[in-house]
Amino acid sequence: MLTLKDISKQFDNRLILDNINLTVKDGEILCIVGPSGAGKTTLLRSISGLERVTSGKFLLDGQAFDPYENRENDSVIGVVFQDFQLFPNLTVMENITLAPRLVLKKTNEEAEQEAREKMAQLNLAGKESLFPYQLSGGQKQRVAIVRALAMNPKILCYDEPTSALDPDLRQEVESIIVGLKQQGMTQIVVTHDMTFAENIADDIFQVSPRNE
Amino acid sequence: MLNYIMEILPSLLSGAGMTLQIFFWTIILSIPLGVILGLGLTSKFKPLTALIKFYVWLMRGTPLLLQLIFVFYGLPVIGIVFDRYDAALFAFVLNYTAYFAEIFRGGLQSILKGQYESAKVLRLTYWQTLRKIVIPQVFKIVIPSVGNEVINLIKDSSLVYVIGIGDLLRAGNVATARDVTLIPLVLVGVIYLLLTAVVTYILGKVEARYSTWR
Ligand SMILES: Nc1ncnc2c1ncn2[C@@H]1O[C@H](COP(=O)(O)OP(=O)(O)O)[C@@H](O)[C@H]1O
Ligand SMILES: [Mg+2]
Repeated sequence: MLTLKDISKQFDNRLILDNINLTVKDGEILCIVGPSGAGKTTLLRSISGLERVTSGKFLLDGQAFDPYENRENDSVIGVVFQDFQLFPNLTVMENITLAPRLVLKKTNEEAEQEAREKMAQLNLAGKESLFPYQLSGGQKQRVAIVRALAMNPKILCYDEPTSALDPDLRQEVESIIVGLKQQGMTQIVVTHDMTFAENIADDIFQVSPRNE
Repeated sequence: MLNYIMEILPSLLSGAGMTLQIFFWTIILSIPLGVILGLGLTSKFKPLTALIKFYVWLMRGTPLLLQLIFVFYGLPVIGIVFDRYDAALFAFVLNYTAYFAEIFRGGLQSILKGQYESAKVLRLTYWQTLRKIVIPQVFKIVIPSVGNEVINLIKDSSLVYVIGIGDLLRAGNVATARDVTLIPLVLVGVIYLLLTAVVTYILGKVEARYSTWR
């Protein structure tokens, strides 16, 4: 369970997040919604340790936890970026196994075996030796999901998972996210698409733009 | 004429050997140094970037010929003495490192922030990120510009002539002056063309290897 207590974030004295309090329960899907510019991405980046918050606390299962500093500990947060950010110089398999090998010190065989299992689940079998430029948008996203899962995160975060895809792929993203929930994964999904959020969410958190 | 060519060829080839030696060592030393200084140029520590910028400005803003003469004939005046070969190598490495640093800086700056962030959330260290993700992408971007510099270096290496090193050009010039014929200089030209052709071919291979991904 991840809890945010009075989290605030300023950029150059501009307050973007104002005393955010929220809880993500284990095995649930939390959707963070709000209009463009409200600060959804900023909130997700703060949770995933890419932005240092200005004030407030994070608690993981009741223990204080600083995502920004906590780089050495167990994998807590996995991230699927809006534009996926696959590594163009690495094949699909290498994209997925790079961090497990270098960071978790898994052997090649172990890492590849696990990657194959997860790839099969997300319908990526046979794509192992392709490079990212050879994949469709939906395939890139699924590789990004497998790559994040390969680090065994406690929570998986997505920023606007439907925005870079054709509208008819929304259904597919929904079923992936719901499928992962059934396997017990805790997920945070940022979206500005209310229908999508209502379809998948256990809980919805609204971020409102601050008018100064 | 064939006899004459066979007669002078050994001295030309030994000159070419010297040219290749300088070429080779300059590449081996100045490309890694260029990567390191290129990283320095993109660092957030301002005094460091300022220092490297000054160095690059100095090296690119003055002739390599002057730098060579400065190292070999100038520095002994203040008690720093290099032998000919070391002086040549020192000047070439200093000069080419500056060009490579600039090229790698450009390459490094074209890698988007998202790649670093994506590596960071996968908990790769900075060095792992550089080695596995950033540098391969930078290499692909800079291959054409590095290739140009490498070709230039083959030709620039003839500048060691002025500090009395027995390179290819000197070998040709000596034979021409002695035998009063153009043949040695023409041969020198042919050998340079062969060298640049080989390097161009190798660069093409490297480029092809990096073209499996985009
Ligand atoms: N690094 C940054 N520096 C300054 N302002 C930023 C930065 N990142 C985001 N912002 C600002 O924060 C606000 C919220 O942005 P963002 O979190 O991307 O919103 P959303 O994802 O909800 O569209 C925007 O006004 C944006 O300009
Ligand atoms: Mg956003």
